[in-house]
Amino acid sequence: MSLVESFRIAMRALFANKVRSLLTMLGVIIGVSAVILLVAIGTGVQGQVTGAVQGLGSNVLFVFPGKINTGGGSGGAGFAGASGKPFSSSDAQYLQMRLTGVDAVVPMAQGSATAKYQSKSVQPTLMGTTDEGRLVNSATLGGGRYFNRSENDAAARVAVIGYTVKTQLFPNVADPVGLVMTVSGQRFTVIGWFEKQGGGMGGDQDNQISMPIGALQRITATDRVAIILVKVSNASQVDFVRSQITRFLEPRFGDQVTVFSQDQTLGIFNALLGTLTIMLAGIAGISLLVGGIGIMNIMLVSVSERTREIGIRKAVGARTYDILSQFVIEAMMLSVTGGVVGILVGAGGALALSPIVPTTITPWAIAVAFFFSAGVGVFFGVYPAWKASKLDPIEALRYE
Amino acid sequence: MATGSSRFADALGADVRTAAGPVSTGPASPRAVLELRDVTKTYVLEGVEVHALCGVTLDVFQGEMLSIMGPSGSGKSTLMHIIGLLDHPTSGTVSVEGQDVVGMTANQLAAVRNKRIGFVFQSFNLLARTGALANVELPLVYAGVSASERTRRAREALEGVELGDRLRHTPSQLSGGQQQRVAIARALVTSPSIVLADEPTGNLDSRSGIEVMALLQRLNAAGITVVVVTHDANVARHGQRIIELRDGEVVRDAAVTDRLDASKELVQLGMNTAAGTDAVGAKAADAG
Repeated sequence: MSLVESFRIAMRALFANKVRSLLTMLGVIIGVSAVILLVAIGTGVQGQVTGAVQGLGSNVLFVFPGKINTGGGSGGAGFAGASGKPFSSSDAQYLQMRLTGVDAVVPMAQGSATAKYQSKSVQPTLMGTTDEGRLVNSATLGGGRYFNRSENDAAARVAVIGYTVKTQLFPNVADPVGLVMTVSGQRFTVIGWFEKQGGGMGGDQDNQISMPIGALQRITATDRVAIILVKVSNASQVDFVRSQITRFLEPRFGDQVTVFSQDQTLGIFNALLGTLTIMLAGIAGISLLVGGIGIMNIMLVSVSERTREIGIRKAVGARTYDILSQFVIEAMMLSVTGGVVGILVGAGGALALSPIVPTTITPWAIAVAFFFSAGVGVFFGVYPAWKASKLDPIEALRYE
Repeated sequence: MATGSSRFADALGADVRTAAGPVSTGPASPRAVLELRDVTKTYVLEGVEVHALCGVTLDVFQGEMLSIMGPSGSGKSTLMHIIGLLDHPTSGTVSVEGQDVVGMTANQLAAVRNKRIGFVFQSFNLLARTGALANVELPLVYAGVSASERTRRAREALEGVELGDRLRHTPSQLSGGQQQRVAIARALVTSPSIVLADEPTGNLDSRSGIEVMALLQRLNAAGITVVVVTHDANVARHGQRIIELRDGEVVRDAAVTDRLDASKELVQLGMNTAAGTDAVGAKAADAG
């Protein structure tokens, strides 16, 4: 019997039990669409972070306190995740003084606090930098301005707010510049706000308040600096500047300093987010597995329900292989159809979510989901099909 | 295949009344299409050995119509399964068209069944929710015949059992007699060596039963070898030879002297019912 014939028989059997076939497919549809959607989100976020890091320019060096392995050995790789003695503002000032061939040395510190305006309150991330922080920030100002040198030096209570902070704290104000909010009980004047930009490095950049690092340190009551960004004037001098940084910081920190180029930083983020994406896909894969078990279950029901049909087919000359292929193909059609619908649903969901979360639909995720679902059909269809093919025709014909 | 299809065409082309006319006395050539030698079959049921067949030897000759009779428990079903190549004997030899089938694998047996044996079952055993044409095509599907050729031959077979106007009807849309005729068309469509009918009239009213027997006699008259397995002596009397089984042994093997001609029975039935209902009415009842 030809494969075309097997397909025809399988199709007929599936159409004979439309609701059952649809419900069985639903398991695969949910599994595949979950895989596609979660991988799309993972890849999308990864892409955006990559964009954010790349937006800083290729000649930015990231200086972390402590020793970080790019191999991913130190579990908490990240801006503040490294162990070791933290940097302080004076370390940044020291580098600024000593380094040659650099445009800017920008210390960055993070904190969190409650920001309030009238009856509204939000929980944003506080980002403390210097006025030169503008040079390493890819966000676009929607209104107002960034803080200047004198505000920075005076640790003035001025703030540039992210889009989420703006819409939640000042929902009815088109331009909140000049308004005064409280951050951790201290009065801050809004001097500017950023356009919407989605997720990014160090969390949601829209839910952020940027301020002079001195003002942040007053709130967090510490002198700590999480990371120092060094913008090198000339790309050819990156290695030279890197060796300078290591040398200048050695007396204070020994070898407990890590200097990453943009590529290395990207490598860390990609490793981190890549692992996350695979984990998400794995969790979604479990639901695909459950869908596969659903197929196996319904195929077993189908085989026992059609015992007599199998007997008739065998009596008139069907070989073991004919019965086997008939049922395997039936299971595969369930899973592949479910897979295709799941891909469409997952891709549609990813598109629908794209205004909220960055999503990227990758061909490999689609290919993997498709072949995995087809594999699920074969794997879970083989046992029921084998059972059917081994039926004794006499017993099968006698079956009521 | 050439001889098969021409023989088949004869059967289909023949008119009911004339073809089954005088009962022939037997095939001219005594060539055996099926030979059983000292066949035994022993089952083990819950630790107890059951001897279903104890040394059965029989030949089915080319072109004959053989009835295998016996009460339930006589080993009749077991014998039918072995003749139909659905089961292996415990000992003894079985050969079809001179080909020994005892050592064959399940797949090899399936191929021989497909080519040589046409089955007609008591409960019709048609695929549900499947049209008559597709049901008749089924053996050809497994024989690897192309779709267009399949349809052509299946249509021809259905026309031969006078169901040419019901090609798309599913079993639930057909009467019992019509379903059995579809089953007969399916049995014939591969031009087999033997048509094996297991209680072909068992699930039918008497009139439909006689119609089915008339059809089998007509096919036989056209040269097709028919084996009917039944417990009913009247059904058995439509054959030329009766083999009677009892407790797994052949107790009688004799030619039928008072053979019934189903087409004549139909004519009689028609006269008996003519007073009340005419033939059209009977046909309508059959169709319903």
